[in-house]
Amino acid sequence: MATFLGIDYPTLWFLVVGGLFSGYAILDGFDLGAGALHLFLKKENSRRIALNAVGPVWDGNEVWLVIGGGALFAGFPVVYAFLFSAMYIPFMLFLAFLIFRAVSIEFRSKEPMLWWRKFWDISYSVSSVMLAFLLGVVLGNVLQGVPVGEHFSFQGHWLQFINLYAVMVGVTTVALFSMHGAIYLTMKTEGRLFAKLTLLLRRTIIFFVVSFALTTVYTLIYLPHLSDDFKASPALFVLPLIAMLSIANIPRLVSRHKYLQAFIFSSVTVSMLLILVAFELYPNILLSTVDPQFNIDVYNAASSEKSLGIMLLIALIGAPLVAAYTIFVFWTFKGKVKLDETSY
Amino acid sequence: MDVEILARIQFAFTVAFHYIYPPLSIGLGLVMVFMEGMFLKTGRQVYHHMARFWTKIFALTFGIGVATGIVMEFEFGTNWAVYSRYVGDVFGSALAAEGIFAFALESGFLGVLLFGWNRVSPRVHFMATIGVWLGSMFSAIWIVVANSWQQTPAGFHIVGEGMLARAEITDFWAMVFNPSSVDRVLHVWIGAFLAGAFLVMSVHAWYLVKGRHVELSRKGFKIALAIAAVSSVAQLFAGHRSAEVVARYQPAKLAAMEGHFDTLETADLYLLGWVNKEDQQTWGLKISNGLSFLVNGDWGAKVPGLNSFPEEDRPGAVNAVFQFYHLMVMIGMALIGLTLLGLVLWWRGKLFDQRWLMRLFVPALILPQKANQVGWFTAEMGRQPWVVYGHLRTSEALSEAVTAGQVLFSLILFTIIYLLLFGLFIYLLHRKIVKGPEEGDDFVHRPKQGAIFQD
Ligand code: HDD
Ligand code: HEM
Ligand code: HEM
Repeated sequence: MATFLGIDYPTLWFLVVGGLFSGYAILDGFDLGAGALHLFLKKENSRRIALNAVGPVWDGNEVWLVIGGGALFAGFPVVYAFLFSAMYIPFMLFLAFLIFRAVSIEFRSKEPMLWWRKFWDISYSVSSVMLAFLLGVVLGNVLQGVPVGEHFSFQGHWLQFINLYAVMVGVTTVALFSMHGAIYLTMKTEGRLFAKLTLLLRRTIIFFVVSFALTTVYTLIYLPHLSDDFKASPALFVLPLIAMLSIANIPRLVSRHKYLQAFIFSSVTVSMLLILVAFELYPNILLSTVDPQFNIDVYNAASSEKSLGIMLLIALIGAPLVAAYTIFVFWTFKGKVKLDETSY
Repeated sequence: MDVEILARIQFAFTVAFHYIYPPLSIGLGLVMVFMEGMFLKTGRQVYHHMARFWTKIFALTFGIGVATGIVMEFEFGTNWAVYSRYVGDVFGSALAAEGIFAFALESGFLGVLLFGWNRVSPRVHFMATIGVWLGSMFSAIWIVVANSWQQTPAGFHIVGEGMLARAEITDFWAMVFNPSSVDRVLHVWIGAFLAGAFLVMSVHAWYLVKGRHVELSRKGFKIALAIAAVSSVAQLFAGHRSAEVVARYQPAKLAAMEGHFDTLETADLYLLGWVNKEDQQTWGLKISNGLSFLVNGDWGAKVPGLNSFPEEDRPGAVNAVFQFYHLMVMIGMALIGLTLLGLVLWWRGKLFDQRWLMRLFVPALILPQKANQVGWFTAEMGRQPWVVYGHLRTSEALSEAVTAGQVLFSLILFTIIYLLLFGLFIYLLHRKIVKGPEEGDDFVHRPKQGAIFQD
């Protein structure tokens, strides 16, 4: 089997897909979170500033989802096909909310009427919350396992994606993104809005810590298969440890007004949690609840070595380009938000 | 209705809706590159005002294009799970390349294009505009390559059997340069230039009719007219090349496009007509032996008819394919006529003396839009009953996990959302157009203090 740096191609591609989804969660996470908090800001001017804090970047952030989805389709077509058709309804709702969110940002500022702006504010905020929630629901189902049968067929009921654990993970995701978004907004604002946001930020931290703790306890008790890897090799405990430390670090930095650092640590938290998920699952991607022999893993789901090789090359050429644009854009719009005639 | 029909309707509806916007973005992007280029070259404010105006309209089309495009990317998995599994190995690399090379470029620079006027220098802004435009051009390449591979598959072999059969890539470049991709990418690009240029001409013609923004509109109209004239003539050649490829690789589609049932020693070319599938008759206005000549360069060449293919391998909706195809070609001819007329009058210095001509250009923006849409309908309905031509049937490509009720739900959901979206789009577009470009000396490009990359 072909390898690169001693890692076989399917595993590498698993890392690429995981990396893309982490990038997506970090980047779109903060703008979804900012959206989730939108209605807590009452003044027109505050809402505009909050919207313009994500204005120039949210579209670029969303591209990570598009690339991640493409990478999943390309590298693990079986997973892409199974997951999306098995969770047809959550994905369709997800797409519908994505549309609402995109157009809310775009349309809100186009008319001065109060009802118009109110409508789009609500649509923006509700869709941001629902997107975070649905992402969590999908993740929760992936963690629990899905009814995969022989030949990657779906053996479940289309409604079974709704269950307690999925909802818990969904809520935790909303909480995590809200905290992440609140930190981002504090970084981008000043004056009274800033003061208001620091208050909101404290509450989101509490919200996150509580929901995360509950979900973790539930996972340890009811989903023991997810901690097997860690029990088997205690050295791996370093991963959850890093995650815990970076979570603990956030309130500490916030209380010292080091928002940029807090943002970095909340980004680390987001990616560490996903790395944990990846570790718990690997080499499987989708665990079968029907019979473990039908598990979909990186090997039986992967595209051919030839195809993966080509795509790794594409990724190697493309990644620095993407990083360069991303840095350029964030650099151009660095600093506190100032409204001008091109703003939303 | 069964899942297959619903899934096809749902996919066709959402993709056809998506396809209203990308061509506008690609075409407007090109026009904006010219406008900003003229501004940098001449330093005249009028070009700057024009570019800023069109940037705002661009933001609108682009935003909806992105939102509806993401739906498409995930619908392969939701509606066509078997197909996704089958083509993932081949097709995935094209989609991955699209994401990384095209969308990231587009969306990355979009922020600078829309919000960067006061933050970066005119030259950096110009680069951002070019970046966004190139990104949109690249996305057209990769998605059309993927689609062309379905039309004329190449560079792969089949592994596995039955439910688990799938295409695996053997030669990346043969996949990318499959027999139809180059011609189709060109045809799609040019179609997009036409859509954008006609929108620009339509709006400026309307201002001219109303006597508003006269200087700006004359200049803007001419830029777009030049692009449209070159494109409409080029489109005839690009379309002809596509037809040759269809004749060679998808003869059943060609027979449907022209409504031929029997294999003919020499085949006529219909200009207009009606196909009756039951009686296997096609009536209409035709050029004798024209088709033989067009596809083979020989007035006496043989062209196979639909009956020479097994019943189960023929496209079903023959009359629809025929009508869509002929509508596209007629529109193509009309566009050539319209733009060349404009050019002649421009050359004689009389372009803006003809109010009726300006009046004609106002609604003409519908034409390239329609041609783009019916062009895809021809290509995709003519490809039936195959999803991957000659290899995988549409009826076998469905998601097994999905029920008719679910598809119906999403169809209704998206119909409602898209109708709302379309209404808002038209309303806001109308508002922006009525408001018009902002002109005036205080509205100049002035990087603020501390802006980066000043030159
Ligand atoms: C990369 C792939 C791809 C691309 C770029 C397009 N399509 Fe497509 N299209 C498909 C992949 C596809 C498909 C997944 O292969 C479908 C679904 C079912 C089928 O038979 O083919 C399809 C079906 C399909 C149908 C239904 C045909 C039928 O069921 O009789 C229509 C009308 C269109 N498409 C229209 C379009 C338009 C307007 C496009 C321009 C944006 C477009 N397609 C781009
Ligand atoms: C079924 C086929 C298609 C799929 C899956 C698809 C997918 C997508 C996706 C995911 C986006 C959003 C990208 C982002 O986040 O920035 C998008 C936007 C876009 N797509 Fe498509 N697309 C399809 C058809 C086409 C075709 C045929 C063209 C070519 C002309 C095209 C050109 C574009 C462009 C230029 C954009 C940028 C937005 C805009 O300009 O309006 N797409 N598409
Ligand atoms: C002038 C004469 C034209 C001819 C002879 C022509 C020919 C063709 C042919 C044969 C196809 C089918 C290709 C396939 O099935 O693979 C096609 C598709 C298409 N046409 Fe045209 N066309 C013409 C004008 C136009 C115009 C004016 C536009 C738009 C402004 C346009 C837009 C399209 C599009 C978007 C498609 C679908 C994409 C593709 O398959 O390439 N066409 N055309």
